[in-house]
Amino acid sequence: MSTNSHAAHAEDHHHEGGHAHGTFSSYMLGFVLSVVLTAIPFWLVMSGALPSKQVTALVIMAFAVVQIVVHMIYFLHMNATSENGWTMMALIFTIVMVVIALSGSLWVMSHLNTNMMPMHQMSGMK
Amino acid sequence: MTVAVNPSQTGEPVFYLADEHPHPEGWSTSLGFWIYLMSDCLIFAILFATFGVLGGNYAAGPAPKDLFDLDLVAVNTSMLLLSSITYGFAMLTMQQNKVAQTQVWLAITGLFGLAFIGIELTEFAHMIHEGATPQRSAFLSAFFTLVGTHGLHVSCGLIWLVTLMVQVGKFGLIEANRRRLMCLSMFWHFLDVVWIGVFTFVYLLGVLR
Repeated sequence: MSTNSHAAHAEDHHHEGGHAHGTFSSYMLGFVLSVVLTAIPFWLVMSGALPSKQVTALVIMAFAVVQIVVHMIYFLHMNATSENGWTMMALIFTIVMVVIALSGSLWVMSHLNTNMMPMHQMSGMK
Repeated sequence: MTVAVNPSQTGEPVFYLADEHPHPEGWSTSLGFWIYLMSDCLIFAILFATFGVLGGNYAAGPAPKDLFDLDLVAVNTSMLLLSSITYGFAMLTMQQNKVAQTQVWLAITGLFGLAFIGIELTEFAHMIHEGATPQRSAFLSAFFTLVGTHGLHVSCGLIWLVTLMVQVGKFGLIEANRRRLMCLSMFWHFLDVVWIGVFTFVYLLGVLR
């Protein structure tokens, strides 16, 4: 009965598989990956396992990016075909905007900082 | 979307309806909700950028190292992660039309979410008690805005969750409720994705600084 109604329901959504559903194993795989990808950065920072702070920073940022991708695939069920690819298009557009906003802000403001900071020192030198 | 077409009335063919066909109710909801989430993502991007710019301006006040307790943040992160997987189980049981089990998983998700908010509010209260208020420095203003906005989203998600539990209790797993549960699922997992950014860039990198 439930499979019949499911088939009818799938036909109702005549766009290709509107929203992909996960399975128990895909959710569990995503969860285990997330736990590992969360635990390692916390351990790296709390134990100070890597001698260089900069290397640690880069490594935990890399873990964050990988974990975001894992969440996108296993929890948000992102794929290139859902909603005829429009969710992917919206995502790509958003990523472009986020990258511009983040890198632009940080870049401009750090330049502003380095260029403005010496001003009071210079006025003191007069 | 149904428009009465009567070409015989004017005698001229109507072209603009050629591609129109009736859509079932809610057929575009998941795409629309996804676009809402993407716009929400931009809000968080701007708050992250603000934190990135101001995060180092302590105004001779407390620095992340003095304030953040990573053990607590780890517990908090696991609460949100566990709530994500339990929501996933709620979706799986929903697909199998098991109303009672879906309700149980939703309730467990809500408890984990409540624990997350509780721990976060405790942390905020502790910081404010120590004098690390949003007014203290630019770093703390940016911190409270970013983490507070995320917390506000989770709180709204909890209200939504309770509302849907009442809906499911009253009407069962009807098509509309399935659609709503799917939207909340996207919202909830999206908040977990934002939290990955928060614990990495605010807490871990803050303590590293």
